[in-house]
Amino acid sequence: MRAVRRRLLETGLEVTVPILVLVAWGLASAQSETYYFPPLTDILSTFADTWLFERVGSDVVPSLVRMGLGFGIAVVAAIATGLLLGMSRRSRRAAAPIVEFLRAIPPPALLPFAILVIGVGDSMKVFIIAFVCVWPILLNTIDGVMGVDPTLRETARVYGIGGRDRLWRVMLPAAGPQIFAGMRTSLSLALILMVISEMVASTNGIGYFVLQSQRTFAIPEMWSGILLLGILGYTLNGAFVLIERRVLRWHRGARASALS
Amino acid sequence: MTTLARSAAGRTKRLAIGVPDSILPWVSVVGVLALFDILPRIGLLPRDHFPPITETLGTLGEQLGEASFWEAVGNTLQGWALGLGIAAGLAIPIGIVIGSSSLLYRATRGLIEFLRPIPSVALIPLAILIYGTGLQSKVFLAAFAAFWQLLVATLYGVQDVDPVATDTARSFGFSRRQRLFRVTLPSAVPYIATGLRIASAVSLILTVTAELVIGSAGLGRSINVARSGGNEELMYALILSTGILGVLLNGIFVRGERRVLRWHPSQRAGERRA
Repeated sequence: MRAVRRRLLETGLEVTVPILVLVAWGLASAQSETYYFPPLTDILSTFADTWLFERVGSDVVPSLVRMGLGFGIAVVAAIATGLLLGMSRRSRRAAAPIVEFLRAIPPPALLPFAILVIGVGDSMKVFIIAFVCVWPILLNTIDGVMGVDPTLRETARVYGIGGRDRLWRVMLPAAGPQIFAGMRTSLSLALILMVISEMVASTNGIGYFVLQSQRTFAIPEMWSGILLLGILGYTLNGAFVLIERRVLRWHRGARASALS
Repeated sequence: MTTLARSAAGRTKRLAIGVPDSILPWVSVVGVLALFDILPRIGLLPRDHFPPITETLGTLGEQLGEASFWEAVGNTLQGWALGLGIAAGLAIPIGIVIGSSSLLYRATRGLIEFLRPIPSVALIPLAILIYGTGLQSKVFLAAFAAFWQLLVATLYGVQDVDPVATDTARSFGFSRRQRLFRVTLPSAVPYIATGLRIASAVSLILTVTAELVIGSAGLGRSINVARSGGNEELMYALILSTGILGVLLNGIFVRGERRVLRWHPSQRAGERRA
């Protein structure tokens, strides 16, 4: 009985605390005279005016397209390279210092380079997003491939499974959970780089909108943009977790049955 | 034998004789450097966008003697250290407190899960408004971004304590305090250490971003200034130096982790193998 009550209390808290925080923000800011912190209701009504759905076509869609393209390119390139490097010890050794160095460069430092070489258009943004998203996926794919159960590997060899089947039916699924972990890290990086690249050089997009609102002292607009980015980050992460669960359902099942 | 040598396996073998494993990394580094030196020189890469790497390295060498370069490095490191320090000072204690109470954890979980994926760069305009374009903005952004990494790492660490260890400590009459310092904290340290390493990288990234976007003094701003001034060699030299900075900081944390956790891996390694 006590345990049940405690669980109820915990669940209740989990639901009510975020709502309480929101209400507290609303109440605290309701009478706000501070220019930089407008009342929450103002932000929300600006949010509705701006993002539902006036600027969706002009700012949200271009941003998401850049992000999607960059992320997609990174996923394909990183998994392909990761499989190659993961299966060959020598190429892994040879690539290690270069990967380590490129990965260590703070991504925004590459923006001036991308602007110089590619220009300020969409391809620059896609390039920078892809370039940054590659590393977590690449390293996780390499680890995943290296960590494939030797029994599995040898069984595949004994049964003469080679070439494409080995890749698609043995290596990729076995490395899947790790690859997804890398993709999840990269997804949040993609969002960050999308915002930065739009802040530095762009004429549309959410990042551009937020910075421009601040520069023109359109404070509620700025807050609405920040709110949108927060919601976007949360939704993308949530959607990704759902997809991951679906794709890796077999994995969770296999693990559960192995544990029991 | 000759047929074997002609097969694919034989080919890699022959290569293996040519290049011993231990110097492979060097070979590839020199190879890439040479490529980026030769390609611009023979015109395969546009030379005005890609100066030969030797010229870039020469510029980097010159910069090492310039006071302004070290000032920029110092500014960047200052933002990085303050951001990471503030994040650690807040996130680790908060993580320990929240993590050791299931009530608190459940109450704050939704909030943390919502705030964590917010891209910290979305707060750049807010930082400019409140803190201006100086060091404070940089530190605020770096600390904000690093905070979540560390908080989540600490939470995981505290919750992953072996229940048998806690129960044993409890039945031996350890007080709450003793359990915290002798059981919970030591077993959370590996998580916190990894969290610190990631938070350090995040802090550096946000510092450079702030310098680039807001224009606070530091390597990020210098890179942007070099680009708009058309000084490509300097721009590349500075980008290289941020990479070197990243590698060095990461290296320090990896070594520190190994040192602090010397007592730990024996147990860990055994566990993993099982």
